[in-house]
Amino acid sequence: MDVIVCVKRVPDTETRIKISADGTSIDPTGVKYILSPYDEFAVEAALRTTEAAGSGEVTLVTLGDDAAQESLRAGLAMGADRAVLLEGETSMDGLATAKALAAEVGGADAPLVLLGVKAADDDQQQVGPMLGALLDRACVTGVTSFEMGDGTVRCHREVEGGVEVVDATLPAVLTITKGTYEPRYASLKGIMAAKRKPLEKKAAEAVAHRIAVSSMAPPPERPAGRIVGEGPDAVPELVRLLREEANAL
Amino acid sequence: MADVLAFAEQRDGRIRGAAREAVSLAARLAGDLGGSAHALALGAPGMADDAGALGAVGAAVVHVGQHDALGGYNPDAYAPVVAERIRSGGYAAVIFPATTQGKDLAPRVAALLDVPLATDATEVTVADGALRIVRPVYSGKAFATISLEATPALVSIRPNVFQPEEQAGAGTVERFEPAVDPSAFKVSVVEQKSAGDDALDVAEATIIVSGGRGMKGPENWGLLEGLRDAIGDGVALGASRAVVDAGWRPHGEQVGQTGKTVAPKLYVAIGISGAIQHLAGMRTSQTIVAINKDPDAPIFNVADYGIVGDLFDVVPRLTEEVATLKSQG
Ligand SMILES: Cc1cc2nc3c(=O)[nH]c(=O)nc-3n(C[C@H](O)[C@H](O)[C@H](O)COP(=O)(O)OP(=O)(O)OC[C@H]3O[C@@H](n4cnc5c(N)ncnc54)[C@H](O)[C@@H]3O)c2cc1C
Ligand SMILES: Nc1ncnc2c1ncn2[C@@H]1O[C@H](COP(=O)(O)O)[C@@H](O)[C@H]1O
Repeated sequence: MDVIVCVKRVPDTETRIKISADGTSIDPTGVKYILSPYDEFAVEAALRTTEAAGSGEVTLVTLGDDAAQESLRAGLAMGADRAVLLEGETSMDGLATAKALAAEVGGADAPLVLLGVKAADDDQQQVGPMLGALLDRACVTGVTSFEMGDGTVRCHREVEGGVEVVDATLPAVLTITKGTYEPRYASLKGIMAAKRKPLEKKAAEAVAHRIAVSSMAPPPERPAGRIVGEGPDAVPELVRLLREEANAL
Repeated sequence: MADVLAFAEQRDGRIRGAAREAVSLAARLAGDLGGSAHALALGAPGMADDAGALGAVGAAVVHVGQHDALGGYNPDAYAPVVAERIRSGGYAAVIFPATTQGKDLAPRVAALLDVPLATDATEVTVADGALRIVRPVYSGKAFATISLEATPALVSIRPNVFQPEEQAGAGTVERFEPAVDPSAFKVSVVEQKSAGDDALDVAEATIIVSGGRGMKGPENWGLLEGLRDAIGDGVALGASRAVVDAGWRPHGEQVGQTGKTVAPKLYVAIGISGAIQHLAGMRTSQTIVAINKDPDAPIFNVADYGIVGDLFDVVPRLTEEVATLKSQG
């Protein structure tokens, strides 16, 4: 059973974000890039699926520029079999991304396409369900674990106030969140092997990007906080401030 | 046409608080655009009698679509109906709550309508006749101001950020029966388990009492439950990832980059250091309180009020003082 995983290269979550001089993007100088954390969960889920089935390949697909190869190699080092780099523009417009991905994965006959629930840069949380809708496939979001059935996949997902079990017909598109798929570390052997695995490059389908970023700014400063005091004796004053100043109790 | 539609989420037949926030924002935007606000609620026949109450937060018309297959949320049932309503209503903009349901639904609707979508907005205004949207990026380490170059403009809004405003005047309810074909569904909900009878989800709470590794072990959570109960309604427990990874608390309670993003009225961080990935999930809270024995813990950089001290001394006292306050009314 073949599985496709859509992955994205994003700034390391530990990175300090600085706004670039143009004021509409981040300054990439000194930023370390990684495979987006949720996409790592998705790669792990894909590997476990083909391992359990005892057959099938895991293909990684990314839309990006040449630098995105680095993230593809990271996924290959985890154990994925092959990778495709769709060379093209990325933007905050997830629909544009979904269209480029749909053109690639729509033609392949992998019964399962996995994505992260969100990419740790734009945080749009939309490419997966958009891809599902564009391909007119079953799509389940926020999946913490799944089991393959006969022509179906049983998904466990988190919803407000509880959990839900959802059956989806194959082929299906799933977005993976933190759950059971703690990503494996790439072994040295895996890293070496990744260098020789097939990585195909092709031009992405040209699509319109329709979200314009007019400015980017650091988060609004929280007004300077204060230490109310030390130990339990500070509690009455805290409660007074919460009630009278912050109006929060 | 400059009408604005808000998707009014219901669960278990009841309109959610997040729906009131979406409707109220839609009313403000519609006012600025020179149109009126509509709300759309979907559910099983007979459910949505309280949908009329959305008029009180500014909906001129509440469209209530009823069908047996719309009782519980199923994206295959909801997305086509919502897309069709938006198409036929000719709206300038559509507001969804960025709840679990809204985040699942809005992208599908956007794809069906072939328009872009802005997720999790924290500010929406009208400038030169179009929406100007501010939304967090890089896990809240930056905020982008954006515009959508398509009509309708689809936006989902972060829960608890937009306060609903009561208005005079009631909306009219218009019922309709959408065509839904369950035999065409590709997904089916097999089972739903709620975390507990009265356990409120951390993403929906107005106050969050959140515990970190400083709590020392799961056996001490009684302390936080005590504080939660003393504060009263609308309070949920949250947790840091360290605590969830250790298996002390369920992942559903995790706040942060790989957990939930929350913006409650009050966030109380207890024994939480304030790692950047934790801050990502809670820094837009209105008021933040930190209790930590380390005066240099980074959580104090974002906290409005801090107490430096041993949580095992401070929290019981806090519970006591809050209980006294509440008993005085
Ligand atoms: C990709 C990635 C994603 C992540 N996602 C998340 C996420 O979603 N959410 C999240 O929370 N973290 C996340 N993390 C982890 C994050 O980096 C921190 O490790 C984590 O938040 C630490 O949890 P903590 O504050 O409970 O523990 P610690 O950092 O160990 O802090 C414990 C605190 O308790 C205090 N303390 C100890 N004893 C007492 C006492 N008796 N009284 C008072 N105070 C006391 C200490 O001074 C300390 O500040 C992520 C990390 C990565 C790399
Ligand atoms: N440029 C991209 N290339 C491949 N996959 C992507 C890209 N952007 C987003 N995705 C996938 O879509 C998921 C959700 O991204 P987003 O909707 O941008 O938050 C990510 O976790 C990836 O799995």
